[in-house]
Amino acid sequence: MNNILNVSPSPHISTPETTRRLMYGVVIALIPALAASVYYFGMGAIIVTLTSVVSCVAVEYLVQKFILKTRPSVKDGSAVVTGLLLAFNVPSNLPIWIIIIGAIISIGVAKMTFGGLGSNPFNPALVGRVFLLISFPVQMTSWPVPSGFRTGYLDAVTGATPLGILSEGVKAGETVASLMEKVPTHMQLFYGYMGGSMGEIAAAALILGGIYMLWKKIISWHIPVSILVSVALFTGILWLADPTKYADPGFHLLTGGIMLGAIFMATDYVTSPMTHKGMIIYGIGIGVITVLIRTWGAYPEGVSFAILIMNAFVPLLNMYIKPKRFGKEVKHG
Amino acid sequence: MFKTFPKGGIHPPENKLTADKPTVILPVPKQVTVPVSQHIGAPATPVVEKGAAVLAGQVIAEAKGFVSTNIHSPVSGKVSKIDTVVDTTGYKQTAVIIDVEGDEWVTTVDRSTALEKEITLTREEIIERCRQCGLVGMGGATFPTHIKLTVPAGKSCDQVIINGVECEPFLTSDHRLMLERGAEVLTGATIIMKALGVERAVVGIEANKPDAISHLTELAREFRGITVQPLKVKYPQGGEKQLIKACTGREVPSGGLPIDVGVVVQNVGTAFAVYEAVQKNKPLVERVVTVAGKSVTNPGNFLVRIGTPVTALIEAAGGMPDDTGKVVNGGPMMGKALAITEVPVTKGTSGILLFPAVAARRAEVLPCIRCGKCSSACAMGLEPWLISVLSEKGMWDQAEKEKITDCMECGACTYTCPAKRPLLDYIRLGKSTVIRMAREKITK
Repeated sequence: MNNILNVSPSPHISTPETTRRLMYGVVIALIPALAASVYYFGMGAIIVTLTSVVSCVAVEYLVQKFILKTRPSVKDGSAVVTGLLLAFNVPSNLPIWIIIIGAIISIGVAKMTFGGLGSNPFNPALVGRVFLLISFPVQMTSWPVPSGFRTGYLDAVTGATPLGILSEGVKAGETVASLMEKVPTHMQLFYGYMGGSMGEIAAAALILGGIYMLWKKIISWHIPVSILVSVALFTGILWLADPTKYADPGFHLLTGGIMLGAIFMATDYVTSPMTHKGMIIYGIGIGVITVLIRTWGAYPEGVSFAILIMNAFVPLLNMYIKPKRFGKEVKHG
Repeated sequence: MFKTFPKGGIHPPENKLTADKPTVILPVPKQVTVPVSQHIGAPATPVVEKGAAVLAGQVIAEAKGFVSTNIHSPVSGKVSKIDTVVDTTGYKQTAVIIDVEGDEWVTTVDRSTALEKEITLTREEIIERCRQCGLVGMGGATFPTHIKLTVPAGKSCDQVIINGVECEPFLTSDHRLMLERGAEVLTGATIIMKALGVERAVVGIEANKPDAISHLTELAREFRGITVQPLKVKYPQGGEKQLIKACTGREVPSGGLPIDVGVVVQNVGTAFAVYEAVQKNKPLVERVVTVAGKSVTNPGNFLVRIGTPVTALIEAAGGMPDDTGKVVNGGPMMGKALAITEVPVTKGTSGILLFPAVAARRAEVLPCIRCGKCSSACAMGLEPWLISVLSEKGMWDQAEKEKITDCMECGACTYTCPAKRPLLDYIRLGKSTVIRMAREKITK
C-alpha cells in the first residue's frame, strides 16, 4: 500500500493512436504504389526511393542536431513520409545528387525553417519537387517508360507522358481522337502502364492505399473525393463542349499526378484545412486549378502547383470556415 | 431504434468489468468522515458538537442558503471530532468525524425494501423533502436536486430525461441500480415528473446495457408517461446537452440550461435517491460505487455509507494492486486523480478506479500536426486545437470569441490527440480565466 500516486487532470486514458503510428500508416499505404513502381521501373525506383528517404531523414537529423540544437525527432516518421513522397514525385532515373538537393529543399527549407513538423505552410515534398522541376527542367521531365523490372538506372528508355503527348498534340493542331491512339488505353493507365513520375503512375495501387488510409481513419474522404469529383466535372464539361479539343474525364483522372496528389499529397495534415467544410473548398480549389493548368497553362501537368497554391489558402480557410457550434447564441435570462 | 447526438464524440474502450457483478453491501466502517460540502454551493453548517450521540439519518450539518443542502449522519455513534480533512477533490474542508456504535436509525426512516408506488406528497412537499433529505445530482456534478426541481419563473418544463447513459468507461453503478432497483428508479422518475408537473419522461440508456434496456422497457409499461430510449454507444452522451439532443432533438442554447428547452435531466442514481427520500423518508447517506481496474482482483459494485474511507472500498475489492500508480475518483474521462486514498466517499463518488503505474503517466507531448481529430471529436462543435493555443498564449478575448466557455471538459479532445497534447489542461485554464474576467467586469 505504499504506492506513490500519480496526480494529473482528466482524462486519464488516451487513444493508442500516436503521430508515429499515423505516419507509418501512411508508409504502409504507399507500399502498393511503391511495388508497382518497382515492377514498372525496376532498379531505378529502388535507388530513387532509398536515396530520397535516407537523405530526408539525414537532413532532418542534421538540421535539428547541429543548426537548431534541439533533440532530433526523426523517429516520428514524418521525414520518412516526406522522403517517400518526394521520391514518388520525381522520375525514376533522376541522378542521386539531384535527389539529395531535393531532400535539402524539402526538409531543410520547406519544413525546418518554419519550425519543423506541424509548422510548415507548404507541403515539403511538393516544394522540393517544384524546386527541382524549375532548376533541372531537363532531368525532371525525361520520363522513363515502363519496361518491366530492369537493373539499369540512369540509362532508362524515356518518352513523353500521356499528358505531355496530349498537350503538345493539341498545340500542334491534332485532334484528341488521333492523339488517343498514341497513348495507352484507359485500362493500361489504370494499372500504371505509362511514363511519368516514379510513384504517380499506378492509379490502382494508389487507390488501394487510399482505401487503407480511409479504413484506418488516417484520412477522411473529403479532400480526395472533392478533388477527383471537381476534376471529373470540370474536364467533363470541357469534353462535352468540344471532344475534339479536350480529353475525356477518365483520361484526366488516370494520368499525371492527380491520384497521388488527391490521395497522398493534398491530404497532408499539416498543410490542409482542419474542418470538413474547409477541406471540400480546398479540394475543389485544387481540382479546378489543376484543370486550368493542364488545359491552358504552360505545363502539361499542374497538380503540384495547384496543391501549393491551395496550401497558401489554408490559414484563411481555417480562420473563416468554422465548425457548426452546438447551441445557437447566448441567452440572457 | 437507437439514437445518438450528431456532432463529435469518441469510442474509448468500454471496460465495463463489473457490469455483471451484483451490488454488495459494504459493512459499516468503524469510523466515518462526513465532509460538510459534498455539493455545489455553500457548505452546510455543522449542528452537532464533539461527543454528541447521533443516529443514522440525523441532520449533522444544515444547509446554508438556497444553493446548499443538508448533510446527515450515515451511521449511529458518537461525534469524535469536527476537524479539517482533505476530501476527494484534494482540498481541505470541515468534516464531522463519527465513531460508529451499532447501526441505529432515526425512527422516521422506513428501511424496508418493499416497493412503495403510491405517491401521496404534493409537488411542494416533494421538493421540500428532497431539500430536507440532502439530495444532490448523483452523476458527479452534485448540484442540489431541490433547485433542479424548481422551475424558474418565466420558464416551463414539458419533459424529464432520466440519465442512464453511464458513458464513462469502467463505471457500472448506474447500470446495476437500473437492473436491481429498476421499479424504484421509475417510481423516482414519476415523483420527479409530479414535482415538475410534466406528463412525459424518457430514460436514456446506451446499447452496451441491453439487459437494463429490456428490463426497464418491461417495467415502464406499468408507469404512465415513461418510455425507454435506447442510445448508440458514444462518449460523451451522458453530458446533459448531448443527451437532450439525442433523446429529443432539442439543442440547449450556448450558455443556457436544459430548462431553456423545457427539459430537466436527472441521473438514475438521483431518481433512486428521490424515491427513497419521498417514499421512505430516507436521507441521502449511502450510494453505489464501482471499484474497478485492470489489475484489481475483486472488482465490484458496492453500496457504501457516505463517509466511508476509500481505503475500505479498495480493501473490499481485494486491496490495492502492487502496480497501482493512479487512483481516480469517478470515470477515467472526467474523474479526479486522488493524491491519497485516506479520503471519504461522498455523495458524488460514482467510482474508484485503480490504474497501473505504466498507464498513469502521460506520454511525451509532440507538436500539433493539425490533423483536426480534436475538432471532429468535440461534441460542442469547438476547435480544441485553437482554443488551447489561445489559452497557452494568454489570448483570452480571442478564446472567448471561439466559445471556450461552451467546453464541458469531457476530455474527448485530449483522448483523441495523436500528438498527446494536453489540450484540456490549457482549455480549463482559459475557460476559468475567461469566466473570472467576465465576473470581474460585472462587479466593476
